[in-house]
Amino acid sequence: MFSRAYKTAVTVPPLAWVAVFLLFPYALMFCYSFWSVTPAQTILHSWSLDNYKELFQKPVYWQTLLRSMWIAARVMLFSLLLGYPLAYFLSFYAGKRKDLLYQMVIIPLWVSYLVRAYAWKTILGSDGVLNTLLQYVHLTSHPLDFLLYSPFAVVLTLTHIYTPFTILPIYASLEHIPRNLVEASHDLGATLAQTFWKVIFPLSIPGVVAGATFAFVLSLGDFLAPLLLGGPSGIMISNIVVSLFGAAYNWPLGAAISLGMLVIVVSLLFMSERLEKKWSF
Amino acid sequence: MSATPAQKPTLLSIRNIAKQFGRNVVLRDVSLEIAEGEFLTILGESGSGKTTLLRIIAGFETATSGEVWMGAERLDQQPPFRRRVNTVFQNYALFPHLTVEQNVAYGLRVARRPDAEIEQRVAEALGKVKMTAHAKKKPSKISGGQQQRVALARALVNRPNLLLLDEPLSALDANLRRQMQVELKSLQREVGIAFVFVTHDQEEAMVMSDRIALLRSGELEQVATPREIYSRPETAYVAQFIGHTNLLRAEVRDGVARCGALSWRTSTTDGPTLFSLRPEHLRPSSVASNGTVRVKGKVLQQAFHGATSLVRVECADGLVLVMRTSSGALTAQEVELEFSPADAIPVRESPERS
Repeated sequence: MFSRAYKTAVTVPPLAWVAVFLLFPYALMFCYSFWSVTPAQTILHSWSLDNYKELFQKPVYWQTLLRSMWIAARVMLFSLLLGYPLAYFLSFYAGKRKDLLYQMVIIPLWVSYLVRAYAWKTILGSDGVLNTLLQYVHLTSHPLDFLLYSPFAVVLTLTHIYTPFTILPIYASLEHIPRNLVEASHDLGATLAQTFWKVIFPLSIPGVVAGATFAFVLSLGDFLAPLLLGGPSGIMISNIVVSLFGAAYNWPLGAAISLGMLVIVVSLLFMSERLEKKWSF
Repeated sequence: MSATPAQKPTLLSIRNIAKQFGRNVVLRDVSLEIAEGEFLTILGESGSGKTTLLRIIAGFETATSGEVWMGAERLDQQPPFRRRVNTVFQNYALFPHLTVEQNVAYGLRVARRPDAEIEQRVAEALGKVKMTAHAKKKPSKISGGQQQRVALARALVNRPNLLLLDEPLSALDANLRRQMQVELKSLQREVGIAFVFVTHDQEEAMVMSDRIALLRSGELEQVATPREIYSRPETAYVAQFIGHTNLLRAEVRDGVARCGALSWRTSTTDGPTLFSLRPEHLRPSSVASNGTVRVKGKVLQQAFHGATSLVRVECADGLVLVMRTSSGALTAQEVELEFSPADAIPVRESPERS
């Protein structure tokens, strides 16, 4: 249908882009992860598995990874708990206000990540809005210090930032449910709650899985929220990678951690893809 | 409007139902009674309000005014899940994530019937629609006709008092459609549940129904048995919608109707009157008959329909009549037609409605 030249013209640029800016860097990282760094801070191009051994032997790495996954899991859970009801309301009950409300879900995505993270800093800090208010109403006599520079702050901020990413796929899957299925369910005697659990929820599972994957994967790799709001107890795995590539100047170890995360994330995406397929009709 | 056949008690009574969507009037003052075990078809063009009427009975729409009663129970104030009414939807609306069997069991499950009873009733319902072999399949793996049967089983397994069917055959191809018409009708006789069947297809309505309610722009034109509605149409619209007809605009004076060169005796009151004359009541005239109305004309066109042909004949004064004949093609260009005055049925004009 299209000429050969046309096909070449449209396929080569994106392929070249992916090769130069994705495959090549990954290949480079892959190589780095087997190299090492001398005390004099030069990269030694000799191949070994030492970096990967270190990952498993030093508790700080896998503990931080586990903590990161635990934070990501909580972000995922809270995003779903907040996002699902909103998406459900939007799809089934918003009526004429649907478009407006949908825009209000989208708009926060236009605001810079940094601005939103900093906003939480001013809310949660010891002189922040929340502490000032709590002291003003005498619920507490001194500022609560667990609010900021803690895993709590990281989970809260990431939940705020990534909830729209869970709302959108859930909303899309709810919108795809033919409304006559809901009518058929009521017609067959099912109440609103029965209809939700037996028809609507099962049919929205692909959206839930996609949304959960977004929230988990994006939070797992996040480094700005823990950097700005996490404090020492809220450090995540990406912060370690950043410092290894920066101040610590240990690119090989940083590359090994990055590849480890890549494996985790890719297997998660693969699993979520399988799940979504299993539940789509 | 004709009443419910006297021998059967009334099951559902629709009283003065009206429905507006904003400024758009969809139904105005519709009253209709449905007898137990009856097969009633609501027939109408798209936009006539037939589906809206069905949805009001099912409970998916709320009437602007009027009431729906089932026996001594007022139905229109109850949510759909409390009504002993089930629906077969136009596109079947089978749950895609459930198997055929689970789809059929749905109504019994939500009613929390015991497992053994569910199993037995589902098996029985699937048997009745000949879908036992496909019990474990998902709806996407079976054909349209099979989905149709599952939708029927899913509704009937709940033993509703009334089954509503919203153009259930419109998605099937012509052959399967005719086959399903017959099956549906015999299934209805077998289970004895009243069916309210919505369609735009007058032939389908004629084949299947005990009575037809013809809806036009949100008002009932006529409610009658297929035979009655065909042979005694009350309005010009009914006469034209059900089968073919010739409408003769005549002037009646002293018991004689005159339409151009034609005239015949009639018992209708004086004044301008429309008469409906079915094409099969026209025939080439023969010497033997007397008391018939005769008219000469020129053959314009002949359309072959298999068992019969429709012949368009233009009379001297420009009047075009359509005649149905089963005697093969006419060879002559000039013909003389005749009909019995009794076959010209006076009908009311159908005024334009918006």
